[in-house]
Amino acid sequence: MFYREAGDFKTSYRDDGQTFPIRLDRWGYYALLAVAFLVIPFVIDNYWANAILVPFLIYAIAAIGLNILVGYAGQLSLGTGGFMAVGAYAVYKLTTSFPDINIVIHVLLAGIITALVGMLFGLPSLRIKGFYLAVATLAAQFFLVWLFNKVPWFYNYSASGQINMPERSLLGQVITGPGTTPAAKYLLCLVFAVAVAWVARNLTRGTIGRKWMAIRDMDIAAEIIGVNPLNAKLTAFGVSSFFVGIAGALFFAVYLGAAEVGEAFGLNKSFLILFMIIIGGLGSIFGSFAGAAFMVLLPVLLKNVLVGGMGWPTDLAAYVELMIVGALIIIVLILEPHGLAQLWRLTKEKLRLWPFPH
Amino acid sequence: MNFRLTALAAAAMMAAAPALADLVVPNLSYRTGPYAANGTQYADGFNDYFTLLNERDGGIGGERIQVPECETAYNTEKGVECYESTKGSGAIVYNPLSTGITYQLIPKVSADGIVLYTPGYGRTSAKNGKVFEWVFNAPANYWDGASVAIKYLLDQNGGSLEGKKIALLYHNSAYGKEPIRTLQELAEKHGYTLTEIPVDAAAGQEQKSQWLQIRREQPDYVIMWGWGVMNQAAIQEAANVRYPMEQFIGIWWSGSEPDVLPAGAAANGYKALAFHGVGQDYPIYDELQEHVIAPGKASQGGQHVGTVLYSRGMYAALVISEAIRKAQELSGTAAISAAQLRDGFEALDITPERLAELGLPDFGPPITMSCENHGGSGMARVQQWDASAGKWNLITEFTEPDQEVLQPLIEEDSAAYAAEAGVTPRCS
Repeated sequence: MFYREAGDFKTSYRDDGQTFPIRLDRWGYYALLAVAFLVIPFVIDNYWANAILVPFLIYAIAAIGLNILVGYAGQLSLGTGGFMAVGAYAVYKLTTSFPDINIVIHVLLAGIITALVGMLFGLPSLRIKGFYLAVATLAAQFFLVWLFNKVPWFYNYSASGQINMPERSLLGQVITGPGTTPAAKYLLCLVFAVAVAWVARNLTRGTIGRKWMAIRDMDIAAEIIGVNPLNAKLTAFGVSSFFVGIAGALFFAVYLGAAEVGEAFGLNKSFLILFMIIIGGLGSIFGSFAGAAFMVLLPVLLKNVLVGGMGWPTDLAAYVELMIVGALIIIVLILEPHGLAQLWRLTKEKLRLWPFPH
Repeated sequence: MNFRLTALAAAAMMAAAPALADLVVPNLSYRTGPYAANGTQYADGFNDYFTLLNERDGGIGGERIQVPECETAYNTEKGVECYESTKGSGAIVYNPLSTGITYQLIPKVSADGIVLYTPGYGRTSAKNGKVFEWVFNAPANYWDGASVAIKYLLDQNGGSLEGKKIALLYHNSAYGKEPIRTLQELAEKHGYTLTEIPVDAAAGQEQKSQWLQIRREQPDYVIMWGWGVMNQAAIQEAANVRYPMEQFIGIWWSGSEPDVLPAGAAANGYKALAFHGVGQDYPIYDELQEHVIAPGKASQGGQHVGTVLYSRGMYAALVISEAIRKAQELSGTAAISAAQLRDGFEALDITPERLAELGLPDFGPPITMSCENHGGSGMARVQQWDASAGKWNLITEFTEPDQEVLQPLIEEDSAAYAAEAGVTPRCS
């Protein structure tokens, strides 16, 4: 009923292997992109950009990054906050040292620097697995936060240890700093999010993604069929950290504008992003977006309903919000342990058959 | 086409903004999270003073004051959300009670043209109004606090700290790091040695190793820059290692009731700085009782009335309301804009007589601000905890900080900001 697949024939392997094999899905995807690029920039205001869409897109990038490592390659990491901090401090140092170079190049360079740091901390993954690896990455988290707090060079010797993003522009449009228009901010993050999602999708369905998944499913078997674990694990750490670094750079440069490492990139951030991919769905690009939306948008929505709509006291609303979000996390995981992505997959299966399920 | 659409969107937004009948002063508070115990009391005082003005005088100059509250949980991301969500309602001044959120908001308010008032916290060099047009931090800032603490110690030691050891126990964040530069400069001037001991914000309760270090090194004095649970833990640990409380001085954010009460009698003699009075021995509390508490309009039922942080929230509200009054006087209109409020702040002159008129005689230092000086005089005093009576006693008069040392530091730091953010100094 909803999906009309009659007449939707595939005549080539290429067609058969595309990301959205059902025509209706493909149209939906194009429509979504068109709305995101052509409609939202014209109607977005400061609140929607700064409080909702920009954080959602940035967290989605970070979630995709972590999903590659945890969901596709099966290497549990608790160092996401620390790696985001590397991205943030890298873009800060680069843009204050070389102010004339385009900020987009700096963001990408920050991603590369984070990738190198990530690979360095990924080295232990060759010897240790599972929870032990989680502890090793936890060490990375604490070490990186300590480093950025301790060494004044990273924050240009400012009195308070805060880093502040100066104003930078791209194609004549200011894209960082307080003078940025909401549309510019949003579009920059959207371009990065779409690009990251596209790259991640194509990496994960190619050779390299299959190697990651082979390692995840059973590393000894993968080694026997010829997957080099050093190669696979380190590329997973590298690619994952590259995306997480971009997310950290945007988080600082575009979203917050000023940051303090312990507060903005603490252990809480690592857990938040880990929860996003667990709730969204491990090993799914859509799940990364869904998880980010769940963890970023739901609290804001609840706050606006409870305080703005129903006039509750702010503290009561804040506690109730925590309880509702916590309860929903548990409910979602009980109903569907594989996350929102699986829920969506099942819904789609049902919709394809509806109203004749047999 | 693009221009038309943008113009349409802009027009739609303007139409959607509510009619601005009242003056809006948002209260970015935190009643949840790790700093809730402190944030709640401050927010109550802030709310209650404006309630008093609305109930007793019908607002300021006939304009009622709206104080929409927004919960930040001391978290910068939520702070940004709160700022953006309240900005549209015509907010004229913000007071986020968080140094981290202040750093975030300084560029934003400068671009949006809204006043940011950060009494006793925030970015110290915002005192320089030539660079920070929209930010005010009177009556005192962190560097003033550090200098007043050292001055007090100088007094205690007959004018010389030569060869003394002073430890700074600080919250490892922008807030806690603020005084380090000043204390280092003052160490050079007065010849004491400074030991810096950070306490990680996330692990504020766990200070065993820090106090072990203090016990080993036996500093003559410990100065603390703490907030929230870190204060309680530090005072408890100080008692555990038998560090003399008389030699332990906190900044004004480390000197409220929730900080000393958990340690019980052991906290007796602990000192802290203050830039305003405490307790309920002021005439204003009779009016507050009559107009706010008795009719049941007090924030949270008035359970914290008269505490240190309640008084501080009330004091912040008082300074803002006086600036609004001044702005109304200068502009000749009751419904002032944020830019007019800035002019009001810059022309602000709260004399001791005016404070007495407001029902708070000798409560705070006189405040005079100008285009160049957004930080007032920086005077502060020292208070000491009496555990058996359960109250803070003021033990010194208002003391001037050492502006000779502070002024060059402020110039230097604000010049760095001006260069970074591309600000052209004003007030010439």
